[in-house]
Amino acid sequence: MAFQNYKPWLGLTGSEWVGLDNFRYLFEREDSLQVIWNTLIIAVFKLMFNLGVPFVFSILLNELRKMVFKRFVQTLVYLPHFLSWVILGGILIDILSTDGGIVNRALGVVGIEPIFFLGNGDWFRFTVVVSDIWKEFGFGTVVFLAALANINPTLYEAAEVDGASRFKQTLHITIPSIIPIAIVVGTLALGNVLNAGFDQIFNLYNSLVYEKGDIIDTFVYRTAILNGEMGFGTAVGLFKSVISMILILISYRLAYKWANYRIF
Amino acid sequence: MYHKTLSYRIFNVFNICLMLIIALLCIIPLVHVLAVSFSSKAAADGNLVGLWPIDFTLESYKKTMNNPIFLHSIWVSIKRTVIGTGLTLVLAFLAAYPLSKENSAFKGRNIYSWLFVFTMIFSGGLVPFYMVIQKIGLMDSFWVLVLPGAVNVYLTILLLNFFRGVPKELEEAALIDGAGHFRVMFSIYLPVSLPAIATLALFSMVTQWNSWFDGLLYLNNAKDYPLATFLQTVIIQRDMSSMSISPKEMELISTKTVKSAQIFIGALPILVVYPFLQKYFASGLVVGSVKE
Repeated sequence: MAFQNYKPWLGLTGSEWVGLDNFRYLFEREDSLQVIWNTLIIAVFKLMFNLGVPFVFSILLNELRKMVFKRFVQTLVYLPHFLSWVILGGILIDILSTDGGIVNRALGVVGIEPIFFLGNGDWFRFTVVVSDIWKEFGFGTVVFLAALANINPTLYEAAEVDGASRFKQTLHITIPSIIPIAIVVGTLALGNVLNAGFDQIFNLYNSLVYEKGDIIDTFVYRTAILNGEMGFGTAVGLFKSVISMILILISYRLAYKWANYRIF
Repeated sequence: MYHKTLSYRIFNVFNICLMLIIALLCIIPLVHVLAVSFSSKAAADGNLVGLWPIDFTLESYKKTMNNPIFLHSIWVSIKRTVIGTGLTLVLAFLAAYPLSKENSAFKGRNIYSWLFVFTMIFSGGLVPFYMVIQKIGLMDSFWVLVLPGAVNVYLTILLLNFFRGVPKELEEAALIDGAGHFRVMFSIYLPVSLPAIATLALFSMVTQWNSWFDGLLYLNNAKDYPLATFLQTVIIQRDMSSMSISPKEMELISTKTVKSAQIFIGALPILVVYPFLQKYFASGLVVGSVKE
């Protein structure tokens, strides 16, 4: 289908073969290039922050010594991960609205003009990245916290005897101990460079921000399913799938090489 | 001891405050929605509601519960969650057992494993998938919500890795005593892995309950929608054209308080199973899968 000028009423056998035309079209159409660029930029920001924020957060969380309080914080920060983007999208649209949404009301208190979070292209990207971090950072700490719990306590005791401050201990013991796991997580995330989050964007975007907020997956949905450009939609989807698969295979290989990680 | 130095104490106070603020930021939006859902329509429309209901009323929940489409969508969601989870677990269990064996015991294990993993890392894309569903006649059927995702490769791999951690001696002893593989599978691996399976069940339930896109894509009649899809249509798209309902009814489900009530009801089952989920995932299974 990706190589056809597909017409549903002609079917797979009846439609005209057009070779690589759909793919050429993909790189000639201005909107599809913009979509690829949007996808990359949103995804890369998400990857960076979704690695960095949990990393720092888990170290800080680990410093809490009251177990009850630690549990309490964990319980709250993990929660958004389990709610779907439909629920969160509904909540975000409500609290971010310029018409008296709670966020703009809070900004108004400190004298900031209402911001059109979901209606302005640049702010939309910002909102997408921040809300994704908000949803996922808590769950991202699970892996790091497990690694932190596995650090041999005698290391800290030795450092203590040698008179190292807590900050020095963090710098020279804690961080080096969880760097390897961070590398594994980061490498495995590489496969998502073309996944900017369909669920999230689909539930937050609107025609005002198509230019800067449209990503490959939403673009495919609209061109193929809503506009009926089946052949072209398939080509874009296939393009994405192939690149993603290559990236995933590379990242698995790298994770295996650097950290001896295997999925099964 | 570093705990007693002044600079560490300052850091500690600062850290506790920071953690508290971040943790509250994670929950405040949900509290706000809850507050709106219990407030009167006037207060909600006037944007007066913060984190506590104003003019407490159950009106919006009554309206929501009187909407037959909403109630039916809950029923569809429950059905898909129960059937989907059951099917996923059975299939994951049956697939994980042979795949967890060594190459010598199960020839071609790697090939089979890659067949599973391949589906996880490569997909033909949205359109071909859509066409397949159309061609095999699953469009507009309840089963389209359950069957395409019945084999969950990710959960299968988690279970597979768990099986690998089960001591080999158990199985060997049983095999020597004359048990077959089915016997080993059901009498040894099943009871041993029950906690793991319970965890997978919870994760699978959350996934099923939250799925909305399949309903939107493959079901044309809004009366068949599961709750997540229903919410997506009503709250996000604000599109009620596919539901063939009167303007009066439309007003009924689109006011701010009712929307909030619907959102909260949609999140409620997750909030209910959440404590159980947390107990399990922290303790190992998910973490175990990502360990070096």
